[in-house]
Amino acid sequence: MKVLVCVKQTFDTEAKIELKDGKIADAGINLIINPYDEVAVEGAIQLKEKGLAKEIVILAAGADKAIDAIRTALAMGADRGILVNQDPSADEYARAVALAAAIKDENPNLILAGHVAADDGSSQVPTRVAEILGLPHINVITSLDIADGKAVASSEADGGTQVTEVTLPAVISSQVSWNEPRYPSMKGIMQAKKKPVATVEAAAADNKTTIVEFALPPAKAAGVKIEDEPEVMATQLGDWMKNTVKVEVK
Amino acid sequence: MAGTWVFVEQRDGNIRKVTFEMLTEAKKFGDEVSAVVFGKDVKGLAPEFAKYGAEKVYVVEGDVFAEYNTGAYVAQMAAMISEFSPNAILFAHSFNGRDFGSRLAQKLEAGLATDVIGAEISAGKGVFTRSIYAGKALAKVEITTSPILATVRPGVFEVEEGAGAGEVVEPAVAATDADVYQTVKEFKPTISARPELTEAPVVISGGRGCKGPEGIKLVEDLADMLGGAVGGSRASIDSGWLGHELQVGQTGKVVNPNLYIAAGISGAIQHLAGMSSSKFIASINTDPEAPIFGVSDFGVVGDLFKVIPLLMDELKK
Repeated sequence: MKVLVCVKQTFDTEAKIELKDGKIADAGINLIINPYDEVAVEGAIQLKEKGLAKEIVILAAGADKAIDAIRTALAMGADRGILVNQDPSADEYARAVALAAAIKDENPNLILAGHVAADDGSSQVPTRVAEILGLPHINVITSLDIADGKAVASSEADGGTQVTEVTLPAVISSQVSWNEPRYPSMKGIMQAKKKPVATVEAAAADNKTTIVEFALPPAKAAGVKIEDEPEVMATQLGDWMKNTVKVEVK
Repeated sequence: MAGTWVFVEQRDGNIRKVTFEMLTEAKKFGDEVSAVVFGKDVKGLAPEFAKYGAEKVYVVEGDVFAEYNTGAYVAQMAAMISEFSPNAILFAHSFNGRDFGSRLAQKLEAGLATDVIGAEISAGKGVFTRSIYAGKALAKVEITTSPILATVRPGVFEVEEGAGAGEVVEPAVAATDADVYQTVKEFKPTISARPELTEAPVVISGGRGCKGPEGIKLVEDLADMLGGAVGGSRASIDSGWLGHELQVGQTGKVVNPNLYIAAGISGAIQHLAGMSSSKFIASINTDPEAPIFGVSDFGVVGDLFKVIPLLMDELKK
């Protein structure tokens, strides 16, 4: 089985966001694999360790520097990479078109990705890719079993959890609780430098949405902070909850 | 143009509140507002939507719609869009809503704004406010593809009653079993007397300072006293004191309750991203320098093991 994992390079989740000339400033920001995608990479490597996957291909779309995200995934244990050169301003539609075109050329049995990116928070691209390729999908999975040409996954659902089965090939998107991604070993990092990464141009697609403005949320002014005997503090906090917040006590 | 449609979030006839939030908000755009409900036995719900201003209620019933499944729902909605040409369709930003919206948008080769917290819709144009970087920044997204599609974050818009005609329309069923490509083998509802985290008016979250299950128990007791939900920071999730679905923050859930209480949470930037938009924030932490105090309306520098039991006594008075 050939497994393809889509990864996106995002800001470190610790990054402080600032604006420059009306855009999100990226100077000096540490870039990482989107944490949800990193879980998908780990999931693929575990499938390989179980003997279920033969080859793991990492696919990223974006600027040249996105190759670092691919190298990290290769250092974790994936086999080769494909970088789709695409303007980083591509929206979810254009990104999905570019990824789907590259996936079609690879013809994998299973396509994995994080269910959402930590930067734009859109949670659209894996589902859009599945639609373009005419494949079934399961989103937000927390476990995955592959057998007899089928994928059976547990996933988070509204008001509970569910178990869903689809026929392969399929697109499966991961929740962070699926697994604990490994750190690349020193040996893995050395090997990754020699693993092949192909670069291809993105399939042409126009954005369907336009970001007309970026802004920072209004800063929340800190209120009171008290340091006193526990009894005094509990009384004051209780008063505030009853009189200012107007909580209802059951 | 058939105005603004609101896709109903329901399971077994239980309508999620976000549906009424969307109906209330949609009325502000001045265009006719309709509810769209798919399910097995859902026609009886129609008066509920009329109460919040739905002029029409599009009801689609059938076994194939009994549970949400992407294939049949998208096939049915696409057929209805061709027939009725709605100007805009709003979905809840739930697991189902975002799945539905994304696959439908791609089928229509249209734009979609997910997890919106602000909306302005006019004929042929939607401008939506989204929080990006888990709330550390905001983006305004313009969509001009048709219909205008968005998923709406629960708990952001107010609910207001306002009578609509609630005329029931039953479009032709366009989806069949052949459209279904996912087999749901099992659904396990979360058994909890507590409200859902993203919809709760009060959220009490426990962090590293809870030290273990005993500290979490205090958080739970306080939540139950206030009819609230329980959440946690990454520290308490990673320690296994709470399930992952209760994580508040950048890789967990974003909440915006009326009152958020952070107990034993220092306030790492990923956690702040998930709760800073709450209306009122209180925090209890032993470290006076904890960043959580920077976003708190009411900060208590103290030991939660002492303060929470005393607070509960105080609230009972």
